[in-house]
Amino acid sequence: MASVQPAMPKSWYLPSKPHKFCPGCGHGIVLKALGEVIDELDIQNRVVFGCDIGCSLLSWNFFAVDSTQTHHGRTTPVMVGMKRANPDLICVGYMGDGGGYSIGSQHVLNSAVRNEKVTLILVNNTNYAMTGGQLAPTTLPGQITETTPYGRDVAKTGYPTRGPEMLAAITTDGAYIARGTVAKFRQMKNFIKRAVQNQMEGNGFSFVECLSTCPTNWRTNARQTWDFLEDEMEAYFKVGELKSPFGKGEK
Amino acid sequence: MVEKPITGTKKAFMTGNEVVAWAALAAKADIMFGYPITPQNEIMHYWTRLAPKFNREFLQTEDEISAGFTVCGAVQAGKKAFTATAGPGNVLMQEPFGMAEGMRLPTVAIIQQRGGPSSGTVVYSQQEVTLTTYGGNGEGHRIVYSTSTHQELFDYVIKAFNTAWKYRFPTFVLGDGYQAKMREPLEIYDPEEKGIELVPAKPLVGLPGSIGDEREPAHLCNIYSLEEELYEVVLKLAQAYEAVAPEIVEWDEKMCDDAEIIVVSHGVVSRAAYDAVGILRDEGIKVGYFRPITLRPFPEKQLREAIKRSGAKKMLIAESSYGQLMRLVRQEIYGETIEIHGLLMPGLGIVDSDIVAKAKSLL
Amino acid sequence: MRPLTRVVLAGEGGQGVQAVAEILAEAAYNEGKQALYIPNFGLEQRGGVSVAFIQVGDKRIGAPKFPKGDVVVALSGRAVLRTHQYSGPNTIYVYDSSFKLEHDDLPPEARRILSIPALEKAKELHPRVFNIVVMGAVLGFTNIVSYEAAKEALEKQLGYKFQKDPGLRDLNYRALDAGIELAREASKGEEVRYA
Repeated sequence: MASVQPAMPKSWYLPSKPHKFCPGCGHGIVLKALGEVIDELDIQNRVVFGCDIGCSLLSWNFFAVDSTQTHHGRTTPVMVGMKRANPDLICVGYMGDGGGYSIGSQHVLNSAVRNEKVTLILVNNTNYAMTGGQLAPTTLPGQITETTPYGRDVAKTGYPTRGPEMLAAITTDGAYIARGTVAKFRQMKNFIKRAVQNQMEGNGFSFVECLSTCPTNWRTNARQTWDFLEDEMEAYFKVGELKSPFGKGEK
Repeated sequence: MVEKPITGTKKAFMTGNEVVAWAALAAKADIMFGYPITPQNEIMHYWTRLAPKFNREFLQTEDEISAGFTVCGAVQAGKKAFTATAGPGNVLMQEPFGMAEGMRLPTVAIIQQRGGPSSGTVVYSQQEVTLTTYGGNGEGHRIVYSTSTHQELFDYVIKAFNTAWKYRFPTFVLGDGYQAKMREPLEIYDPEEKGIELVPAKPLVGLPGSIGDEREPAHLCNIYSLEEELYEVVLKLAQAYEAVAPEIVEWDEKMCDDAEIIVVSHGVVSRAAYDAVGILRDEGIKVGYFRPITLRPFPEKQLREAIKRSGAKKMLIAESSYGQLMRLVRQEIYGETIEIHGLLMPGLGIVDSDIVAKAKSLL
Repeated sequence: MRPLTRVVLAGEGGQGVQAVAEILAEAAYNEGKQALYIPNFGLEQRGGVSVAFIQVGDKRIGAPKFPKGDVVVALSGRAVLRTHQYSGPNTIYVYDSSFKLEHDDLPPEARRILSIPALEKAKELHPRVFNIVVMGAVLGFTNIVSYEAAKEALEKQLGYKFQKDPGLRDLNYRALDAGIELAREASKGEEVRYA
């Protein structure tokens, strides 16, 4: 008989609930997956959780694990520094599309090339949400944002960044690269679990991009939100494992 | 012919960030480079909506370092370029601003101060004075205007472009989160119709004429081989700066002639200071008001004169930082024996009653 | 000459506090008065208490924020606690009668503490116009702008919505009137003074 799932992961920090994310935000779903992974791997006392600037910063006291809030784009190097100083820590960095692919891109790129043994989770909701919905590296062509009020013009701003694809190309064996979506919870959670295990086994750089929702800045209702996530975003950002030391993963 | 963004003079009621966008348009700025950071984001929002109508350009860069360097590139190409930032973004931009200092590039940046250090708050402070006046690894050869009203925000953004292109030092308009987000009335206008001449931009690269036959190639640099070379360069920068500083310096003072206490403040706090001085005077207390409008170059001579003329024994510095204006003042008026006191409220708004209470405690 | 009037409006994000503050400030500006409005803003996009600071007068306004309001209106229970600091010896403090408040929840200092059934009145019209009822109440308590200027500013701000659904215009005007009436009722016995 299956055991009853607790309503909330044990590794979640109760006093900071209810959390501050907007209604309909995907962050809560990603953090739930991460929370369950921490519980199942029983690593609550070894994890250090780092968050970036942007909506990810609202997770600074989300978990009942040691956490640190950094500067915009600098979560990656802070996690790298921590891991290098104390390899027993399980360093999990949490950031948005800006913190990973824009201001933080040089850090993600270089950490990947150096095969740093950290786990990075990047939440992709195609905009800079906390600052009011500006263009992000992952904004889709034609998408309207506060700094592309007439729609993203790829002639002027290029095409959306495909982070996992780039990282898969520049990393060596031992790295784990995947892209999940909050629309497919179990698969996404599995990717996150493997990304954490990859660090625990000392294999190398681990990265999971999670497609997520932002109805507040997309200005969409519930139906439109899920349509955008499942149809438009997934069409451009392919979900699946791109690189894994664990053998062929789910697609 | 593209129409002008503003014709004649119009009354307006808008937020400070919107004012900045309109002023940059009115000053004929060609291109804005920027990166999101609260509380200046709306400058980009308004610019991206309005710019295409007037053939101006925009790029959201990958970060603030890039935003600063892209501005440096654009001005070298002879275009009026500007950026805006705050807090940690201002910290990052010190690298490109340093290059602008070293190479005399006419960059324009609007800084909307937020709480610090680090991520601080997204709201307000006056804690970027040191950074904006002396940031980077240079000697502070830059021009900084500290505004206190929306009218000034409009006037000085236009002036910043003229100052930058006339004198060729990186120029800043130092605002703050309150000014950025509040709404108050002002008049927006076309500067040329008001008799304000707009200084033309000039390229440093891509110059006309064929290299070899008609001109030498431009070789711009900011690094030197020998200490002696650098020494000459920095002295030359200093001389050029000090020669024009008297033309650039601006300040405002009231009721200092017979003041026993001089209240010194800048930016939005000077509004509360002005009201406070009025309240104290109504009670018969002899207080004066001194406000540097340019923090760089600092109105040092004028402040010394006010101290001498009034014979004031005490100075009260009111600022929303833990002493950044105070440090600047002390440095500038070194040798004066006036007692310097501070109402130091880092990251907190200051109202007239705060200053009144503190001034009374000094009596 | 009318002295400076300071109003604090606070409520849950989404209740329309900033919308009302903007309309009132615009109205004052349109009447040729000096007006300054600043929202508070924090990190989150949604949730959290939304506070608006409005100043209207004849002379140029000083600091954008102020320690005590002449009128403070709280649109939610959380907003009441958040706005204690803005209530002083001259403040008229207003909250909605539907809030279940203990004595300690009310501000420790005020000239008058009044409750108005704004939510109830809004429900009679349409829950969405709650903030317009409150706007009317602010008008009634402060007279910071004329009725005509308020209606004009309301029209300018929401006109595009009224065009799509003309019934909305009537609804909003009735909400405004209802709010003004609530303020009059609550103030009975005391002449509404400018602070």
